[in-house]
Amino acid sequence: MDLALVWFFLIAALWTAYLVLEGFDFGVGMLMSLLPRGDAAHREKERRVLVNSIGPVWDGNEVWLITAGAATFAVFPEWYATLFSGFYLPLLAILVALIVRGVAFEYRGKIADAAWARRCDIAIQFGSWVPAILWGVMFANLVRGVQLDESYQYVGGFWALFNPFALLGGLTTLVLFLLHGAVFVALKTDGEIRARARRFAGVLSVEALVVAGGWAVWAQVAYSPAWTWVVVAVAALALVGVFLTNRAGREGYAFTLSALTIVASVVLIFGSMFPDVMPGLDGGTSLSIAAAASTPYTLTVVTWVAVVLTPLVILYQAWTYWVFRRRLTVGHIPAPGGLTWKKIKESAF
Amino acid sequence: MEALDLARWQFGITTVYHFIFVPLTIGLAPLVAIMQTAWVRTGNERWLKLTKFFGKLFLINFALGVVTGIVQEFQFGMNWSEYSRFVGDVFGAPLAMEALAAFFVESVFLGLWIFGWDRLNKRVHLACIWAVAIAVNLSALFILAANSWMQHPVGARYNPETGRAEMESIWAILGNNTLWAAYPHAVAAAFLTAGTFVAGIAAWWMVRLARTRQEDAVELARTVYRPAVVLGTVVMLISGAGVALTGDAQGKLMFEQQPGKMASAEALCEGEESANFSILTIGDLSNSCEGVRHILEVPGLASYLGTGTFSGEDSYLPGVYDVQEEYAERYGETDEAGNPISYTPNLAVTYWSFRLMIGFAAGSALLAAAALWFTRRGRISDNPWLARIGIAAIPTPFIASSFGWIFTEMGRQPWVVAPNPTGIDQIRLLTERGVSTVVSPGMVLTSMIVFTLLYGVLAVVWYRLMHRYAVEGVPSTVRDESPEAAEDETDRPLSFAY
Repeated sequence: MDLALVWFFLIAALWTAYLVLEGFDFGVGMLMSLLPRGDAAHREKERRVLVNSIGPVWDGNEVWLITAGAATFAVFPEWYATLFSGFYLPLLAILVALIVRGVAFEYRGKIADAAWARRCDIAIQFGSWVPAILWGVMFANLVRGVQLDESYQYVGGFWALFNPFALLGGLTTLVLFLLHGAVFVALKTDGEIRARARRFAGVLSVEALVVAGGWAVWAQVAYSPAWTWVVVAVAALALVGVFLTNRAGREGYAFTLSALTIVASVVLIFGSMFPDVMPGLDGGTSLSIAAAASTPYTLTVVTWVAVVLTPLVILYQAWTYWVFRRRLTVGHIPAPGGLTWKKIKESAF
Repeated sequence: MEALDLARWQFGITTVYHFIFVPLTIGLAPLVAIMQTAWVRTGNERWLKLTKFFGKLFLINFALGVVTGIVQEFQFGMNWSEYSRFVGDVFGAPLAMEALAAFFVESVFLGLWIFGWDRLNKRVHLACIWAVAIAVNLSALFILAANSWMQHPVGARYNPETGRAEMESIWAILGNNTLWAAYPHAVAAAFLTAGTFVAGIAAWWMVRLARTRQEDAVELARTVYRPAVVLGTVVMLISGAGVALTGDAQGKLMFEQQPGKMASAEALCEGEESANFSILTIGDLSNSCEGVRHILEVPGLASYLGTGTFSGEDSYLPGVYDVQEEYAERYGETDEAGNPISYTPNLAVTYWSFRLMIGFAAGSALLAAAALWFTRRGRISDNPWLARIGIAAIPTPFIASSFGWIFTEMGRQPWVVAPNPTGIDQIRLLTERGVSTVVSPGMVLTSMIVFTLLYGVLAVVWYRLMHRYAVEGVPSTVRDESPEAAEDETDRPLSFAY
């Protein structure tokens, strides 16, 4: 088989891994202010349960994005160049979001102070809501098509990216990640917060069915090939399954099914783009897989690297999830370990 | 300002900023791993205290290195899309290799290390920090492979139909002699940074405790901080020698590969034999070589650094004018828009960044000498000068690294991909041709302001945390948290939590 074609699927697989894994990270981040209840001290403990439920894994999850980006650069340089220069401002917003979010995770516990924790929570939430919406906006535009000139430069301008279809796409990823996060919290925690996450997931699965269903049907009617109807059906059934398994308390199944929904969404997106990596708007110039691809030698090199290393990555990353498989409760959260604000302000050097 | 200038400033700001955190990460990860190894092997609590102490500082630093690294990868596509189109076939592969072979290992195993103290067997937990230590050093190799290819393209051919570079041999790219000159230099500098950091902080603490004259404080200085001073000093001495030797080798190679960079570093206008090494120079701001006046020089030293001989025919170094003439003939006198091309990098920046790199790296040497003297034969010191030198030396290798990068990148100008004088001549790209064409100056300005403000705030937070956690010192009590040391299998709280 043509390696460029193989890499079209592999890039889709990298994005799938990224959106499934960081999807629940984003969801957990967005739930920081929605899920915790009780008095201030208890809410703080529940927020720390949320942060620590993804604490050991969020950084590893994010590397799938770095890999997707670097692999796109290596195997589809033309796509990488057009996409990143064309979607400049949304990507800038995503970068800022990922920066403040990552720093907030790591620094939140370094200062034992309520006001500091609040600030970090704002950063975590901003850093989760913004990419959760903008990834959907970006991919919806790739499904819909973008305006390219003959040398594959994006010439559509900034505001064209925020068309109604793309905005609904952003809402779709938002709801899907929120649901995915809620299901993850139900799977990874115990006690009141687990019960609340399940109630939340119940409501969200219905909302997701409406929003994502609406977007997928719009995509099918306007932009997608006939065969992806099957994918849409799978996604819809999976969402119904999330609702049912979640209500029955089968959290492992519910998480698997919400992950399947995200997988199906990526298949729908890439299935709609095929055989282009950037379809043209309304039949205009498209950037095809073949036109975007690197030379056969480069494709071969990167394929070998991916074939040898990716299974290892999956193996040790899966092991991390196994090591930290225990459900967290507020009882597991130790007293704040950071320095006090007063101490931070003291200078000794 | 045009988008080109803004994009260059932005790349400079974000890269120099990123590389504040990177060398400390590269050097400190193995040092923390060594401390933890000493603990696991000897069971001596002092090493666990040091592991926890420097481990915490390592993590505060690592966080910023990671998040600013994502910007680097995205920036090529965002601001430098035409560069990305030209080099993507070659340049993307080492970046993808870095992500898959190194960055995943760092991120996943660091998560295991941070949260795994009470979850993992002691030796497995130790293996995690070693995995991180090896991976960060491997990361540097792939990133420098990409950078070295821009300095000296090999293993590729030029496709006249597409006007792009195409990869011919990944082994040639990974075997690039520019890479194998730059990598040891960068890694040695990283170890120098970390060695200075460890020795500087530990020396400050040792003096501080020794001055209290209280028995337990002096005991802490002797048993915990002195070994850290010694460890840091040993690392400084070895890596300091490494920095000098590898720098010298890299300099000689650069004279062959990018004569314009080195001629500018010496502010050498006309080529000459037995060229002097200039220490102080005054120039005007016109970037013309004529305005340069050399005030203080060491005879023949520049020739020696470049060629290995002080005088005679072999000691000939080409000057800025020679390079301009030769390159104009080979690569054209004007660009496509008809503007004359200057093949001379910014003289003042190149000249001074080269000297400041070398000068600041010497800051560590001062601390190493002082630390050796004051800790000789098992002594601890209460001399306040040692503490002062320790603190003053900590930033010097960071600053030296920054100037090193400014030198090597600014000295490559006007090229973003410098032509390889011995090989594939057509693979070359002027920086002005690499910038994104669809990105407006306003957009670049927006992102530059956003990044600069954000990075500024983060720098303040980073500094205060590093500073305050350093002043906090080693934990007063530590305990073996590993599962095998736990008394029962009950559901204990997390030993570490965010």
